Amino acid sequence: MTVVALRSKAKTMSDAAPVNVIDVHDLSLVFETNDGPVNALSNINLAVSGGEFVSFIGPSGCGKTTLLRVIADLEQPTSGTITVNGMSPSEARQKRAYGYVFQAAALYPWRTIGGNISLPLEVMGIGREERKQRVAKNLELVNLSGFEKKFPWQLSGGMQQRASIARALSFDPDLLLMDEPFGALDEIVRDHLNEELLKLWAKTQKTVIFVTHSIPEAVFLSTKIVVMSPRPGRIHEIIDCNLGAERTLDIRESPEFLQIAHRVREGLRHGHSYDGTHL
Amino acid sequence: MNFVRNSVIPVGTVLIAIVALWYVFAVILNAPFERDQAARANTPITTGQLIANTMAQERPVLPAPHQVAAEIRKTVFDISPTSKRSLVYHGWVTLSSTLLGFALGTLLGILLAIAIVHSRTLDKSLMPWIITSQTVPILAIAPMVIVVLNAVNITGLLPKAMISTYLSFFPVAVGMVKGLRSPEIMHLDLMRTYNASKMQVFWKLRWPASMPYLFTSMKIAVAISLVGAIVGELPTGAVAGIGARLLAGSYYGQTVQIWAALITAALMAAVLVSLIGLIANVVNRRMGVRP
Repeated sequence: MTVVALRSKAKTMSDAAPVNVIDVHDLSLVFETNDGPVNALSNINLAVSGGEFVSFIGPSGCGKTTLLRVIADLEQPTSGTITVNGMSPSEARQKRAYGYVFQAAALYPWRTIGGNISLPLEVMGIGREERKQRVAKNLELVNLSGFEKKFPWQLSGGMQQRASIARALSFDPDLLLMDEPFGALDEIVRDHLNEELLKLWAKTQKTVIFVTHSIPEAVFLSTKIVVMSPRPGRIHEIIDCNLGAERTLDIRESPEFLQIAHRVREGLRHGHSYDGTHL
Repeated sequence: MNFVRNSVIPVGTVLIAIVALWYVFAVILNAPFERDQAARANTPITTGQLIANTMAQERPVLPAPHQVAAEIRKTVFDISPTSKRSLVYHGWVTLSSTLLGFALGTLLGILLAIAIVHSRTLDKSLMPWIITSQTVPILAIAPMVIVVLNAVNITGLLPKAMISTYLSFFPVAVGMVKGLRSPEIMHLDLMRTYNASKMQVFWKLRWPASMPYLFTSMKIAVAISLVGAIVGELPTGAVAGIGARLLAGSYYGQTVQIWAALITAALMAAVLVSLIGLIANVVNRRMGVRP
């Protein structure tokens, strides 16, 4: 019941005023370290509207994960403004506006797969019956039905990461933040999960922010690719990318795909060469 | 079969080696007395006779294993458990204060760890005192505790248990501070994304994550609780308990009695530690630990 209520509320909100899900203005973040200040993020401007699939791509140290963590209120910006669903990230977090998927599955080893998916629901005070239903529903969504009673170590890495996606979706947030979720998996599993994620996104209509350092992954999944560069971490270029709703892995051989991939690669190269020391 | 190969054979081999070595030392250490006796009586003694005699003395320097076993059998099975000469009676006196002290110590240790993990001030102020508390020799503190508590009319089980508590809270506190801080950053961040309260973070993350640390420190704690209980029995005038048996034995040179009490104490400790191990196994299985 609450799922439906949340949904329709979100819909009426977006119908009334096209508020961006995420709005970032002139945002900077400086980490104070023992070796002096590090400019993790510098003058970031970004707008993400509802239902988009946005990828942050860039080399290590470009601040893509930091930016995601700022959106999630896991890091505090030094200056600039940011809103999530029209609120501050802190308010958005307190309203449980987003589901977060980490680099590792980060399942609690003492809980079964079902227990892990039920964890956010327990924290949010949802009753036992509804928890059961939602666990079953989300296990089905990520093709893990029948694994509810298994413990994490009994599952492969890919299955564990699918379980962690189910956990992030279990309380039905409209926004999904994913920090290199498939980075630790081999390419075959990764391809498969990319396809599944795309289907999931089409089915659930959620807004997804996806951090990656794989160009094919970003191009295949995204409606918008944010190319970032390091020292200081900043946005180099934003590339629109929409290969149509019904795409399969075959699309990676198409000229459109290769052209966008080429643009992303060029962007990364330019951003990289900015300080000259990399080449 | 696996149990035999993994536990019975290795442990049994060591046990046989210890018993064999024990016999050797019993003969070596008790031989001078027999030689002395033979010289005084002016009767020659054969080696065979000498060895047999060293294993049957009434007050040997080192009693042979079978003498200790016979003493244990006699004082455990043959004498009524209500008698003051029964090892069961004395064992129970020590066990009861061990268990009470251990329970209180574990509780205190856990509470201290929770306070320390959640408060920087307490971490800075309490931790050095907790460590200092263990540098004071327990033999010096034990009589003070007994005397002071007696003065305020607390007698019987509790003063002895307090000494066990004093020893056993320490490993639990230190282990649990480590255990409650053991969750990975990612697991803590996850709770933050759910906007979980401190209570929820504790019960759903910190507490279950600390379980392996808890059982490891409880194994140490229960063993030193037993030591504490025995030490606590010494300044009470050796009325009852394993400690009293040890003290009485040494007053009257009853080495067999001393060794019987010692071995009983060691067996009790082994049983207590394995009991904690069993509980840990059950909890581990329920928490899905990889077998």
